[in-house]
Amino acid sequence: MARTLEKTQVMEGSRAIAASVQRCRPQVIAAYPITPQTHIVEHLAQAVANGELKAEYVKVESEHSAMSAVLGAEATGVRAYTASSSQGVLLMHEVLYNVAALRLPLVMTVANRAISQPINIWNDHQDAMSARDTGFIQIFAEDNQEACDLQYQAYKIAEHKDVLLPVMVCVDGYVLTHSYEPVSLLDQDLADQFLPPYEPSWALDVDRPVTYGVMLGPGEYLEHKYVLQQAQKRALGVIEDVAREFGTLTGRAHGGLVEEYRLDDADVALVGLGSLVSALREAADQLRAQGIKAGVLKIRTFRPFPAEKIVAALGGVKRVVVIDKGYSLGSGGILGMEVTAALASAGVPAVVDRFVGGLGGRPIPASTVVRAVVSPELPRRQDGFLDLKPEYLGEGD
Amino acid sequence: MPKVIAPRDPKEWSLFTAGHTACAGCGQSLGARLVLNAAGPRTILVNATGCLEVFTTRYPSSAWRVPWLHSLFENASAVGSGVEAALKALGKADDVHVIVQGGDGGTADIGFGSLSGMFERGHNILYVCYDNEAYMNTGIQRSGLTPFGASTTTSPVGSEVLGNTTGKKDLPAIAVAHGVPYVATTTVAYPKDLEKKVKKALSIKGPKYIQILVPCPLGWGHDTSLTIRLARLAVQSGIFPVIEVENGKLTSVMRIARKVPVDEYLKPQARFRHLFTPAGREELERVQALADANIERFGLLGSKAG
Repeated sequence: MARTLEKTQVMEGSRAIAASVQRCRPQVIAAYPITPQTHIVEHLAQAVANGELKAEYVKVESEHSAMSAVLGAEATGVRAYTASSSQGVLLMHEVLYNVAALRLPLVMTVANRAISQPINIWNDHQDAMSARDTGFIQIFAEDNQEACDLQYQAYKIAEHKDVLLPVMVCVDGYVLTHSYEPVSLLDQDLADQFLPPYEPSWALDVDRPVTYGVMLGPGEYLEHKYVLQQAQKRALGVIEDVAREFGTLTGRAHGGLVEEYRLDDADVALVGLGSLVSALREAADQLRAQGIKAGVLKIRTFRPFPAEKIVAALGGVKRVVVIDKGYSLGSGGILGMEVTAALASAGVPAVVDRFVGGLGGRPIPASTVVRAVVSPELPRRQDGFLDLKPEYLGEGD
Repeated sequence: MPKVIAPRDPKEWSLFTAGHTACAGCGQSLGARLVLNAAGPRTILVNATGCLEVFTTRYPSSAWRVPWLHSLFENASAVGSGVEAALKALGKADDVHVIVQGGDGGTADIGFGSLSGMFERGHNILYVCYDNEAYMNTGIQRSGLTPFGASTTTSPVGSEVLGNTTGKKDLPAIAVAHGVPYVATTTVAYPKDLEKKVKKALSIKGPKYIQILVPCPLGWGHDTSLTIRLARLAVQSGIFPVIEVENGKLTSVMRIARKVPVDEYLKPQARFRHLFTPAGREELERVQALADANIERFGLLGSKAG
């Protein structure tokens, strides 16, 4: 095994992600610059310029066209890649639905970032959350090693014949993309073993002319969406299988749909997505030191939503504290709502706190999480918002 | 599941089949058939949203005997760019034509950014704009290619305003400004000219742009039997110059043997009816002036036209 894993090296997250994407051998890349995603596609452009990656790199004029170009490329039967952030993901929005509905298994890395206005280039999950209904599979990385390993897994999941859906690999902007962490890449042979060349199930082919992207009326459209939902459901199993296979091959496991930490005997479960989970682990340790039996449920896969796994993991706890980096204005924390709905419909009696923090890059240290668990009264009164600064709020707020 | 029909011998079949749901007298369906049959079976079509997309692919039927892909309204050029890039990656780029096609709204307005990107990056793609001078699929709204004076549902005739107050965006010139090596216009009244231009375009590497005037009986308000006649009168009046620009140089124009006053072209069309009322006299004169300016600009009556 040591022979096929490259030596651990300290790398910038974006560089490590780009190196991992390169090892997936995408044949067409189309991307548009946006902070904090840009380093990823810059490194890929350099790899193409150096002849280290044999791919067509389409330097498009917008994110809408980036997603459209990889749509066209995948439809022609090649493995394609793009990356974006924030407004870029929003500009792509209508194309995302198209890619999923056309069953094109491309992979996009999202360096998660806040949404304008006010313009803010720092991390939260509003961009990914805005795409949760598009048909994309969404998996969140906790650290850079997982962000790297997810690139290979994402293609394997997407291209699986039972799935054929695009995958969005969500990586916290700056927190991960611009952090230097030790990572170990797969060498090319191992990457090729795990991820063989792409064999499209359909493609635009002059020798087999087929019409794609047709008009469906009220008589057929509903069934089309049902079929997509079945593919999402099948992905639940495929994601776990792929994570297991990757773990066997590399010795690295990050969970499939969810990952548990100290949950076995826990009274309180902390739930979150992405790099926040590391703070949740630290908070759980601190709470246990104070005599509160806390554990963590990392939601690794947000779409398809692993409701059964969540219910199984949280069925025994008395209290669930979900901390969201995505918020539906007029409603509440988005992960929190979905976890609440999953638990309620399964009859789990746990009390659920739906807190939101970290919007626009505000750090959520373990101390914030501990405080939210120990003294939840203030955030409960403030629509779940953590660490609000009164000096910025008006009298009516 | 729909049955996939591949022609045994493409030469025996039109690649664009009958049985679609276009209106009687539709200029765009005729244009699309001529374009595709000229391009031949080794063509991939990327279609913008619009009439052509809707009337040819109502599930489970399709009018297309070549691989055909539709994604959205404004992204056809970008989708085509990806198709072409993938063909390059697969080593098939020399063997297959890529044609992106859309209406005037999908080309000049909402798809303009992606079209510009496709031109500027130099993709080996022929873009065909079927110009029926308004958003017909959504019910005859003004586009950037709606001509001066035309009444549409969003540039209606009222007591204060007489139809569209602006002229057509000069897309061929914009394509030329991008360095597009082959830019041409034509109409469905001249099938030989159209086919020749499609074939010539496809023999040239890089981006190509052809704009085809396609009368729309519904949107223009003319008798369905007049489609070809109006497409011819548009040229003979100077309203729609038929030209070729190669590497930035005007290399041919379709000359006007007998100059037709614009009245002859405008009168059979309900969208111009108000120009023939006393209130419309000034507008009518302006339309004639626009036609005369085209004749002057491209030398349509001159003796040296190519």
